[in-house]
Amino acid sequence: MLTPPVNLRDVVLDFRDLTKVYPTPTGEYVVLENLQLQIKKEEFVSIIGHSGCGKTTLLTMIAGLNDISRGEILLNEFPITGPGPDRGVIFQSPSLFPWMTAFENMMLGVDQVFPHGTRRQREDIVKYYLDKVGLSQWMHRRANELSQGMQQRVGIARAFALKPKILLLDEPFGMLDSLTRAELQDVLLEVWDKEKITAIQITHDVDEAIFLADRVIMMTSGPRAQIGDILEIGFERPRVRKEILHHPDYYRYREHLIGFLEH
Amino acid sequence: MGQHLTESPVAPAPKAPLAGLGRYLPARAKVGRQLPGMARTLGISLASMAVFLLLWQMSASYLYGVEASARIERTVREQGPEAGAQMEACIASGDVSCKPNTLPFPSEVLHAAGLLLADHREISAKKAEFNTETAELNVVRAEQGLDPIVYTGRPSFVDQIGTSLKTVAVGFLISLLIAVPIGIIIGLNDTLRIAFNWMIQVFKPVSPVVWLLLVFMIVKTLTLGSDSDTSFLISCISVGLCSMWATLVNTSLGVSSINKDYLNVARVLNLGIGKKIFKVILPSAIPVIFTGMRITVSVAWMVLIAIELLAQSPGLGSFVWEEFQNGGSDSNAKIIVAMFVIGLVGFLLDRIMFWVQQRVSFEKAVG
Repeated sequence: MLTPPVNLRDVVLDFRDLTKVYPTPTGEYVVLENLQLQIKKEEFVSIIGHSGCGKTTLLTMIAGLNDISRGEILLNEFPITGPGPDRGVIFQSPSLFPWMTAFENMMLGVDQVFPHGTRRQREDIVKYYLDKVGLSQWMHRRANELSQGMQQRVGIARAFALKPKILLLDEPFGMLDSLTRAELQDVLLEVWDKEKITAIQITHDVDEAIFLADRVIMMTSGPRAQIGDILEIGFERPRVRKEILHHPDYYRYREHLIGFLEH
Repeated sequence: MGQHLTESPVAPAPKAPLAGLGRYLPARAKVGRQLPGMARTLGISLASMAVFLLLWQMSASYLYGVEASARIERTVREQGPEAGAQMEACIASGDVSCKPNTLPFPSEVLHAAGLLLADHREISAKKAEFNTETAELNVVRAEQGLDPIVYTGRPSFVDQIGTSLKTVAVGFLISLLIAVPIGIIIGLNDTLRIAFNWMIQVFKPVSPVVWLLLVFMIVKTLTLGSDSDTSFLISCISVGLCSMWATLVNTSLGVSSINKDYLNVARVLNLGIGKKIFKVILPSAIPVIFTGMRITVSVAWMVLIAIELLAQSPGLGSFVWEEFQNGGSDSNAKIIVAMFVIGLVGFLLDRIMFWVQQRVSFEKAVG
């Protein structure tokens, strides 16, 4: 077994014989088959693999947006049956409502998750997280007046503000240019280092996976995708981009991942 | 969304400037492009108006000639050459009694517009006078629990415009009250969309006249025994039924074609059905719904005239019909005045809708 033994009490997310099958006119298409994986509390996991290997399917099943065909996913020992705000999702496209301001977009979620707090308390939560992602000045701008990068900052702030048990990131920086992407990775890590919310991120980007994750999970290509390999990233947190780029282990990790992806 | 069998979306038309025509025009036309945009648009519009007036003047004078010579010929044939010569002289003098009845000249139409305005001022003055005279009496009547006496004289042209606008406004409201809720419901539900689809396809092309007759049948029965005037009710309901289809189709399309990411966000946040509809689905569908509503307003205004004409409810439609029926010497000119007024009001209504659309929608509408 590739997964190192973990203390069961520390397991937030437990995949048991997880299988996803899409019916097609020519028969069943098995995307994932008997996937076993455990994710620990306060762990940041990156999932990397080729397109079509079922990474996004896996993530949407955790989010509850996609049905589970066989097996189960346990979140704090309870099986996932549908979507809910206890799993914060940062989508690939920013997915803000363009007719609302950044502030209103966040309030919609915060109102939903903290219905018992006073209005003032909820507003403070929104303002705190918008400040954390550097958007205090822009919070009353409509979402469609913000750049892609800024919109995704709001997406990050929204996900954290809802205090989810687990954070799901679906290639959140895939649509951004490389400068903005690096900037947002820093923003994400900065907030994450404070909140330590267990996170699962899907990415195509080897460097992103190394920089962000404690563990990188490599998926084999579909159909019947499996976990091919797992790489532990031993960098200390908080991480600083420059130091990591000059760390002797960095290129070893990088070669390991690229070596896997090229086969 | 192959299920969406209703008519293709009435999307905002792409901006198709006449630039392509440029290469067929002589090179000198390029000078026009160097003028600032506004001045250029204004210049071109004024020039085309001049061409339009010229063509109108020429057509009118041609038709006038045809009508005049036919009249002279007929007089010669029926009453002899002497009477024919008299008729010719009469026509040449421009006397009202023997004026050829055909397409009026632009100048006549302008004159008729002036007459209609003067008429309006006269009637307003009469009305004001009447109101001051009856004011005291009405106070007494109100104390006795009687209805006040109101002016019941002939309405002026401007009053008719007001009546028509009122009818179209009520008709538009009726169409919104029917089309938007149904559009949302069938946009959300595939089964209902299929259930409603045949109805939309079959009833949408039905002529306003037939709608009017249908509404007439129903309203007549429902108001049996009451002696109130139902013509206003009939015409605004008919206007609503004729014009609601674009809003209905666009609302259901806008709702059913919502971005799936938005729905996923709503699901992740566990939004309730009310919040989901009013905070997510409707705002995202607003641009498409408003495009439908703009079409509804212009259709409502267009069918209104025909409906008023048939329902004998007051308004521009009955004005046009009465002028056509009474065949006065300036009737044709007045009809053309009404035509321009109808066109201009329709244009203004569309601009208002466009303005409202810009206000409420997060996307920029195409004007």
